[in-house]
Amino acid sequence: MDILNKSHFELLGLPERYGIDAGALQQAFRRLQSAVHPDRFVAAGATERRIAMQLATRANEAYRTLADPGRRAAYLCERHGAPLRAETNTAMPPAFLMQQMEWREMLEDARRASDRAALAGLAQRLCDHRDRLLDEIALAIDRDHDYPRAADAVRRWMFLDKFGAEVALAEDGLAA
Amino acid sequence: MALLQISEPGMSPEPHQRRLAVGIDLGTTHSLVAALRSGAAEVLPDPLGRVLLPSVVRYLEDGRVEVGHVAWECASEDPLNTVVSVKRFMGRGIEDARRQRTAYDFVDAPGMVRLRTVAGERSPVEVSAEILRVLRERAEAALGGELAGAVITVPAYFDDAQRQATKDAARLAGLNVLRLLNEPTAAAIAYGLDHGAEGLYAVYDLGGGTFDISILRLSKGVFEVIATGGDTALGGDDFDRRLADWFVERNGLGELSPDDLRRVLKAARLAKESLSAQPEACIEVRLRDRGPISTPVTAGLLRSLTGDLLDRTLEGVRRALRDARLSVAEIAGVVMVGGATRMPQVREAVGALFSRPPLVDLDPDAVVALGAAVQADLLAGNPRADGDDWLLLDVIPLSLGLETMGGLVEKIVPRNATIPVARAQEFTTYKDGQTAMALHVVQGERELVADCRSLARFELRGIPPMAAGAARIRVSFQVDADGLLSVTAREQSQGIEASITVKPSYGLTDDEIARMLQESFGSAEVDMRARALREQQVDADRLLAATQGALDADGDLLDPAQRESITALMRALKACTAGDDARAIERAIDALAHGTEDFAARRMDRAVRDALAGRRVDEIG
Repeated sequence: MDILNKSHFELLGLPERYGIDAGALQQAFRRLQSAVHPDRFVAAGATERRIAMQLATRANEAYRTLADPGRRAAYLCERHGAPLRAETNTAMPPAFLMQQMEWREMLEDARRASDRAALAGLAQRLCDHRDRLLDEIALAIDRDHDYPRAADAVRRWMFLDKFGAEVALAEDGLAA
Repeated sequence: MALLQISEPGMSPEPHQRRLAVGIDLGTTHSLVAALRSGAAEVLPDPLGRVLLPSVVRYLEDGRVEVGHVAWECASEDPLNTVVSVKRFMGRGIEDARRQRTAYDFVDAPGMVRLRTVAGERSPVEVSAEILRVLRERAEAALGGELAGAVITVPAYFDDAQRQATKDAARLAGLNVLRLLNEPTAAAIAYGLDHGAEGLYAVYDLGGGTFDISILRLSKGVFEVIATGGDTALGGDDFDRRLADWFVERNGLGELSPDDLRRVLKAARLAKESLSAQPEACIEVRLRDRGPISTPVTAGLLRSLTGDLLDRTLEGVRRALRDARLSVAEIAGVVMVGGATRMPQVREAVGALFSRPPLVDLDPDAVVALGAAVQADLLAGNPRADGDDWLLLDVIPLSLGLETMGGLVEKIVPRNATIPVARAQEFTTYKDGQTAMALHVVQGERELVADCRSLARFELRGIPPMAAGAARIRVSFQVDADGLLSVTAREQSQGIEASITVKPSYGLTDDEIARMLQESFGSAEVDMRARALREQQVDADRLLAATQGALDADGDLLDPAQRESITALMRALKACTAGDDARAIERAIDALAHGTEDFAARRMDRAVRDALAGRRVDEIG
């Protein structure tokens, strides 16, 4: 079936670009699942149920990829010849790495001192930094079509995203 | 002339007859059954008007089995033969069971613990089946017919072994399981449909023996589970036990006999329930050796004894929010489910965490069964009325992975992935010339295989000899909409493949179920062949109706020759269903399914196009 070969964007009937209308994405996903989900075909034959499962699986994968800005950007980079190769390519600009080390120390200090205000401050700075990276990614992809530059920014964004999860975990640890 | 048919009073005639389907909440302390009657879900009472069936089963020496209120009355007199809270042992080994500090005479058995009773050894699956059988009979009497199927609820955090055990218990009770549904999800469906709720909701479900937290996005027509979490060994029972332990220590009672322990636990539970309504209560027990003891307790004491239990649930809530990448401010409401959420300190703590009073306007005992009932009606394939059509998008509760060198787990499908889901990853060989690979599928969040639950093992053989690390083996995980996992391993250069559909090894085989069913009905009265024939006939009728519906709706996709070949297959199947050869019907079903493959694919293409063009989906269905 040709549907299975469509891109995530085509499958959900959305224009292929980084800037995306979150509401439209959610609506397209729900509409698609309402049409293809196996629970819609409980009374149908085995063939239709099997196709329904394949399509619903594809729909979930497409939504998961496009709903997350990092995954969406990585997918676009890959489609335009600039795959991230995040596992093998860990080269980061020195300034970025220095900042990382500084933040890691702040996290350790705040955790040891049970300093909730410091953690919240760190979380906010991370959040701002990630937002700036997303702006950079949007420009690189949608305006300049510079996918290698976008891929570099996505790798940094993923780094910060992981670190942000650690900070959130530490914040919850203090709240308990 | 053929005689005209008249339907039974109250039953609508074919072809509009609804298939009877029920929702069952198989709880730790009590169980319920609910069904859709004249458009609304209701819980079904027993002849005395009671809807809650205590999840208690008593085995008697003469072979009789008592279930429910009668058995609960005897829980203290006959503790070893009266099984309470059996849900805590479902899919569990003897180590897990012993940790619960109950009075039973446990027997070690491969996979799942068994209990020694006067009636012989019983597995938790068999005990649960007794409860389910009573509920099935109650439903059949109330609805006036045989059930087409049931949706049975399980804690969202149940692992595969616990789910498989629940399915086996249902089959043993003669129930066709349409789906296992997560308890908080069932509650959210009931709440969402009842209140027309839209937005992000959390469901906090503290039952007798389990705790679940789920976060869902409710919208018109689609209920989407975003994250779920919990603890399958934490519930109201544990609050009782804390109070009981305190009582035993305070009165210097030392080691208690099984029946006295049961008495203390029962009294502690009553006192705990009183403390939900008033600040003070008494634990009153008449022990076999020591006579009556009465000790006053306060709500403050209960709080201080159980504060850490409550904290554990809040930690689960925070983790689910993290998984969902949401802050409490984004949650529109918190629905409270489970009898233990009647405790004021639970409501206060949850309210404080979410900065808003929790929603307590639903009956916390019934809401899960009600949600399961409406989902059962949907999955039974009954026609939907306008505005009564919705879809549930569920997630897997626990990560699925593969064992790698050093006993480590590589996660392939992370927890909270929306199902159906497929993920694949490449692995390679460890030694030069390695021609086989042992694949071990595990479930859980921990890094070490030893800390996760083993689901299945299989081997891929015939890998061409290569240097270590040169082979490329692609392992694909597929979880279907029922949560069933299949795993395929494929060597990339030669295309050699091995696969397995995961069914925990301690689940019962079809043969075992058949044998146990035979035994439970007494001798060979149940003709399994007749049953198989009837099931094939029902399947055939459904497929014929579905195919006819497809032809009516999308017949324009076919040219006359294609249409004729499909109708010929339909005629052949129809002819078979009149006979009594189950195998022949099965073959004709396969032929029709095969013959409509291309048609089905084209219909699906059209459905997707129409969905994205914004046409109403129920015009396509």
